Amino acid sequence: MSVRTPETMAPVPAPQPRSGSEGRAETQRERWIRRAERRGPLVVLVAVCAVATIASPSDASWPDVSTILGNNAFVWLLALGMTFVITTGGIDLSVGSLYALGGVLAARGATSSPWLAIVLPLVVCAAWGAVQGLLVAYGGMAPFIVTLAGLLGARGLLQALTNQGSTTYLVPAGSWFRHLGEGTWVPVGIVAVLFAIGWVLMERTGYGATLTAIGGNQDSAVLLGLPVARAKVLVYLLSGTLAGAAGALGGARLGSGVTTIGVGYELTAIAAVVIGGTLLTGGYGTIGGTVCGVLLLAVIHHLIDRYLSQYGSAMTDAVNGAFLAVVVLAQALLERSRRR
Amino acid sequence: MPTRPDETDPSVPPEAGAPTGAPAALEAREVVKSFGGVHALRGADLLVRPGEVHALMGENGAGKSTLIKLLTGVYRPDDGVIALHGTERAFRTPLEAQAAGISTIYQEVNLVPMMSVARNLFLGREPRRRGLVDVRAMNRMSGEILERYGVRVDVTAPVHTLGLGARQMVALARAVRLDAKVVIMDEPTSSLEPREVQTLFGVIRTLREQGASVVFVSHRLDELYEICDRVTVLRDGRTVHTGAMAELPRTELVALMLGRALLAAHDGRVTAFAPDKAQRQAAPDDEALGELLPAARRKWGRGKDRDRQAGGPGGPGGPGGPALSISGLTDRHRLRGVSLDVEPGEVVGLGGLLGAGRSETAQAVIGARPATGAVKVGGKEIRRRSPQAAVRAGIAMLAEDRKADGVIPGLSVRENIVLAALPRLSRAGIVSTARQDRIVEFFMTRLRIKASSPAQLVQDLSGGNQQKVLLARWMCLNPRVLLLDEPTRGIDVGAKAEVQTIIDQLAAEGIGVLLISSELDELIEGSDRVVVLHTGSVAARLDGDEVTAPNLMRALAGEGSDSGAEAGLEAGLEAGLEAGLEFLEPPQTAEEGAS
Amino acid sequence: MTAAVLEPVDGAGTRDRVLDLAQRYGVYAALVVLIAVATAMNSDFMSVSNWRVQLFQVAPTVLVALGMALVIGTEGVDLSVGATIALAASIIPLYIGYGPAPAIVLALLLGAAAGLVGGAMVAFAGVQPIVATLSLMIGLRGLAELMNGAAAKPVEDPSILDLGEHGIAGVPVMAWIALAATGAVAYTVRRTTFGRQLVAIGDNKRASLLAGLPVRRVLVTVYVLSGILAALAGVLIVGHGAEADPANQGLNMELSAITAVVVGGTPLSGGRVRVLGTVAGAMFMQLASAVLIQHNVPTSTTQIVEAVLICLAVYVSRERGTR
Repeated sequence: MSVRTPETMAPVPAPQPRSGSEGRAETQRERWIRRAERRGPLVVLVAVCAVATIASPSDASWPDVSTILGNNAFVWLLALGMTFVITTGGIDLSVGSLYALGGVLAARGATSSPWLAIVLPLVVCAAWGAVQGLLVAYGGMAPFIVTLAGLLGARGLLQALTNQGSTTYLVPAGSWFRHLGEGTWVPVGIVAVLFAIGWVLMERTGYGATLTAIGGNQDSAVLLGLPVARAKVLVYLLSGTLAGAAGALGGARLGSGVTTIGVGYELTAIAAVVIGGTLLTGGYGTIGGTVCGVLLLAVIHHLIDRYLSQYGSAMTDAVNGAFLAVVVLAQALLERSRRR
Repeated sequence: MPTRPDETDPSVPPEAGAPTGAPAALEAREVVKSFGGVHALRGADLLVRPGEVHALMGENGAGKSTLIKLLTGVYRPDDGVIALHGTERAFRTPLEAQAAGISTIYQEVNLVPMMSVARNLFLGREPRRRGLVDVRAMNRMSGEILERYGVRVDVTAPVHTLGLGARQMVALARAVRLDAKVVIMDEPTSSLEPREVQTLFGVIRTLREQGASVVFVSHRLDELYEICDRVTVLRDGRTVHTGAMAELPRTELVALMLGRALLAAHDGRVTAFAPDKAQRQAAPDDEALGELLPAARRKWGRGKDRDRQAGGPGGPGGPGGPALSISGLTDRHRLRGVSLDVEPGEVVGLGGLLGAGRSETAQAVIGARPATGAVKVGGKEIRRRSPQAAVRAGIAMLAEDRKADGVIPGLSVRENIVLAALPRLSRAGIVSTARQDRIVEFFMTRLRIKASSPAQLVQDLSGGNQQKVLLARWMCLNPRVLLLDEPTRGIDVGAKAEVQTIIDQLAAEGIGVLLISSELDELIEGSDRVVVLHTGSVAARLDGDEVTAPNLMRALAGEGSDSGAEAGLEAGLEAGLEAGLEFLEPPQTAEEGAS
Repeated sequence: MTAAVLEPVDGAGTRDRVLDLAQRYGVYAALVVLIAVATAMNSDFMSVSNWRVQLFQVAPTVLVALGMALVIGTEGVDLSVGATIALAASIIPLYIGYGPAPAIVLALLLGAAAGLVGGAMVAFAGVQPIVATLSLMIGLRGLAELMNGAAAKPVEDPSILDLGEHGIAGVPVMAWIALAATGAVAYTVRRTTFGRQLVAIGDNKRASLLAGLPVRRVLVTVYVLSGILAALAGVLIVGHGAEADPANQGLNMELSAITAVVVGGTPLSGGRVRVLGTVAGAMFMQLASAVLIQHNVPTSTTQIVEAVLICLAVYVSRERGTR
């Protein structure tokens, strides 16, 4: 997340285009590597599922799709928002705290009315995201730090709303709000619809193109007259809103606003996005890739649960960490060989 | 003979384009702009009529770029007026200028690398269907548009997969599609092949027929004379001439840009290189350097007891063979078996057109670019090449792009100078400030680096002084071989002369110099011999008397090109006239160079 | 013509100069003001016992922040420090049977190894630091818990407890260690070849590479140092709490460290390391939260205040330009 240094005072004559370097057309080999990079996450997902299917005993409950998918599909929405943010070259570390905040606000709202349970988290988290976006776009501050502060501040707000964690709001049992989070297919359906909308946003709207342009060549985007600052504010608003929505729906599922969840969720979201092929440095974002990344992590999580549960959550962490390391190493090495 | 634009002067014949009396398409009147005390423009004028192609010329530093930025809304003038179609305008952002109908094509291709060609083309104006982007239509239309530009590519592929020329055409297509009344093109042909240049000219002619105006900024005289109707020349921030292109002879144009006084100072010679190579002189304080860097000196065997004959210009190599010996350097994309030698104390010029592989050769030698082939320093081969290995072997390279590859902006002059030599100035990993300060002072004096103090941040220095700091960095290493990639590019005239003198001194001290330059004069006047590259391999080796302008241009154009011969010569002339325009034909061959 | 859209800085105006001063010395001024205000509100603040407590709590953070400052100086980030603390903590009870010294040494070696892995991923494979250290953050804590078991294990070795609890001349040993580390790191950054190369690489990696600097070696070393410092902090934390609890020890330490570095004036974009500023930043955040706690301000407000402070610090120290 680097920040460019200011131009020197005297106008510097333009550097001539660098001879050679990146100025030549792609070779066949590079094309193959590029295609491999794009299809990679899907291939790995299929491969892992295939291996798991082959390796599992015949009477086992693999693939236990409903467990894999339904366990907490809402968390995947964090990765959806994160994809957009990372595409602009930024990052949003606050989504974990906003998830928790969303849950608490939803539970709190649910005690008054189911509609409030939906609206309250969305409005508050959207506002939170917008403030972060304003600081990034107009204040010129690094997204890493702004959203880091957001992470802390949101959790502080969360504590304040719940009397330092002592109050747990419960979603009333009869409220229809609960149904949004129950079972497998309603949550998955909601998430799928949102991902689909996200895909359309990224691939079929001017806004998505603007985000890619910002991450790929911001100077160019500005010169073209694209609304760069506004787009940036909106992307953090979007990320915050999705995090709040995810938290609210998660709260519906749990039936209460748990104050201790959400810690580290942003990191999992980043991992899913990166595994899916979106470039951390910006300029290229793939919703489909994030879907793969999210599913991959879920499948792995499930497999660990099934086969290694006797080692506890520690093993999950260790394996997840190793998996992430292997994936990003492979991506980096692939990219390096493409450049050679 | 500076003339002011004067529409009502009856003695000026009617120009191509709109009749006199119609409001100017774009006008700048007595525009002033300065940046923190540095005057970039001190009253520049520009008048572009509707339906004309107008050349804007000037040396680096004359104010062209600044004027363009003022016209396109990137900056705002301190004083003076900018008018569009007769109405005074003050653009606050580039977007406003664009919306008003001024379209700009920049030299640096402004595309989003990982987005598809089609998306880049339509960025900000995507065709819609039911509110959403219609990708199929976008792809189809992109294909059609690019077809007209002679570019046939997969429009769904990311733009970074295209070659530079194709990318330039895409950027062009994007900019020109707008309903522009005025199109400003800043060095649009610098990466185009001759065929693509003709396509571009076709587009320009079409624009002219439609009544739009084109402002064409370029160094390439042939192109300008081919396509432009009128010309405005800037020098030192002022307009020194405006008039019809056809009425201005080339030599006069060049003289206007350079200013007469400058020519006189050099006795008709254009660079500060010593006229007689044998008379190159080492700097007077050469011995003092020996005390500052004793260990290194002993290693290279410099000093009074060295055999000057063996190390003299053009002589056979001293003990161990040539200072630098390259054989069969080949890389994946550009270099195809480059071989050359540099003897100690010799300056070998490396010439070639854009894309010939000069910088790539230098980068491959120091190991910044993977390549097969052998590189030997003093007869000893560097096995696994890397910048570290190169430094250890005694090779130093001054990179082409000092901003990206040379200067450490946030560090002081002192730190930048000692950067590469740090291990030699330290004991047990701890830097010796005393030795460091002595070396820094030595070089700041010898190279006349103008800075408020060694502690000044190097980003605050002028381009010329930054270049000298980088030279000092390499000189600290007391290298055996020095690769200089465009050492005088983008620096003011005074610093240019100083750098050229320094190169002479370094050669006299026995360093082998490989001089990469796009300026023919530097190659001719500064080198003992010249190696010319063409599409990645050595096309010609010119020695001593063979190093003349015509020979060089023939070599630059490449051998074996049949139909491309004329275009090649043209391209050769263009290359020679790039960036500085200090090339003047010797009197007796005044017409020979012009094609 | 570069498509620059920045209006060039028309000379260093007063506002810029003020901001520059604020960036350099702001944290010290803020620290002084904070101490003054805190003492005014509660005269016990300057008491020896209070200072001992503060030093105990801030010393591990200072150690980790020192390493983080070095990493950030190369335009990187090390999210794995908290997990490294856990790893170091988990190793102590396992090898304490061989004596305190071997156990501590082993813990430090593990920290170095963790840093080596992260550094190698960044320097040799070209993985983005945030993701490389993220994978370590996730994996190492799991590894630590696997080695130690989920429950906290008591540690009773007197030497280790001494490190964590005792004092010399009234000042906790931990604080002396942190002080020594500060001195060593500051000296390294200012006066050693490695330190100067580190700063240059963080400022312009490409130019440093072409100048023949051992970029990969420096990068790996920086992460190794961060790992060692984190492991040391882990040992001290274990000694102080008299237990090894990998599930909880070092949690969120990376955030505290990054906060200290940023508040202390070191830019995230690399190229400049403010060692003393980092220590002041750590002290400031520690004292700020201590003051708030002492005045019974709820944790929520503390967290919000922290967030605002971070934003302020970054606002002051940001580079004057767009992203």
